Amino acid sequence: MLELITSKLEDAANWGRKFSLFSYPFVTACCGMEFMSVAAPKYDIARFGAEFPRFSPRQSDLLMIVGTITEKQGPALRRVWEQMAEPKWVIAFGVCASTGGFYQNYHAMPGADQVVPVDVYIPGCPPRPEQVLDALIMLQDRIQRRDGHSQLRLKREKITLAAANAEE
Amino acid sequence: MAQKVVDALKAKFGDAIVATASAYGDEVVTVKRDKLTAIATFLRDDPAMAFDVPVFVTAIDLLDWRPIGARGAPDPAARPAYDPGEHNDGLRFEVCFQLRSLAHRHRLRLKVQLKETDAKLPSLTPLWAGFNWQERETFDMYGIRFDGHPDLRRIYLYDEFVGYPLRKDYPKDKRQPLVRRPDLVGDH
Repeated sequence: MLELITSKLEDAANWGRKFSLFSYPFVTACCGMEFMSVAAPKYDIARFGAEFPRFSPRQSDLLMIVGTITEKQGPALRRVWEQMAEPKWVIAFGVCASTGGFYQNYHAMPGADQVVPVDVYIPGCPPRPEQVLDALIMLQDRIQRRDGHSQLRLKREKITLAAANAEE
Repeated sequence: MAQKVVDALKAKFGDAIVATASAYGDEVVTVKRDKLTAIATFLRDDPAMAFDVPVFVTAIDLLDWRPIGARGAPDPAARPAYDPGEHNDGLRFEVCFQLRSLAHRHRLRLKVQLKETDAKLPSLTPLWAGFNWQERETFDMYGIRFDGHPDLRRIYLYDEFVGYPLRKDYPKDKRQPLVRRPDLVGDH
């Protein structure tokens, strides 16, 4: 019975989370133009409840990696992600953030997922705004299903902790 | 376009001029390394030269250079391919300084040829402060040392980076990561 209640509670919380994503735009390159277009009234990401960009990682729960990540930026990106409060989600926006894109050289990281776990990848150079909205809806599904990376990790940690307590 | 400049240089520093060329309307003068500072000072201070704008500094690595004409066929008139020499003492690098004069509206490119084993030359930052970061970039990418530069260290890459990425013998997909996810497995 208790389990049923907590799981319903979490469903309600996830419903709230998925319609009020506070995004942190980590914008490094030309994809930023497309991000502005998504955020501006024509495509209007606000319709999906994610209209509020916070420029502090501590107040946001969605990290949008928009553009090429270089090896030199790696520590900064990792640090921004570590500063975000749990549960948190990550979108790799554009092909450079997803795989490194057409860069195969000394300075470009082959995908932001080398440094932080990514929940949804958006292909395209740059992606169409519709693709971004599609990715956002996919992420919302994922949040509701509780299988975002950080949700799974929190669940795993809870289970390990419970098992450790039971042993004692 | 700047033929007057080339003639003046030839008259004043005849034995320090290795070669001259004209590329797409720009005069190129290759000079000896030990006369570079004297020539550059003359170009800056002489009222008839008055080169007051430092446009860019860069380097050319001739390691893979082949004499290829405009349509891809070997061009016999072009310079010969890079020869590393017996003791790796071929002239592998060329450092280019592009200068411009706003007063006389002329442009000039100075080139210095360098060996791989002795890749250093006098800095022109004391003459044109605008060359400061450009020389740092050339050092960062090609490992060419500018003697007399006030602050010669990497400008784009991190200090942990080993080697010089724009040299032709740097593997094109070799990465030197600073940080990776601890939960990733395998060799990345």
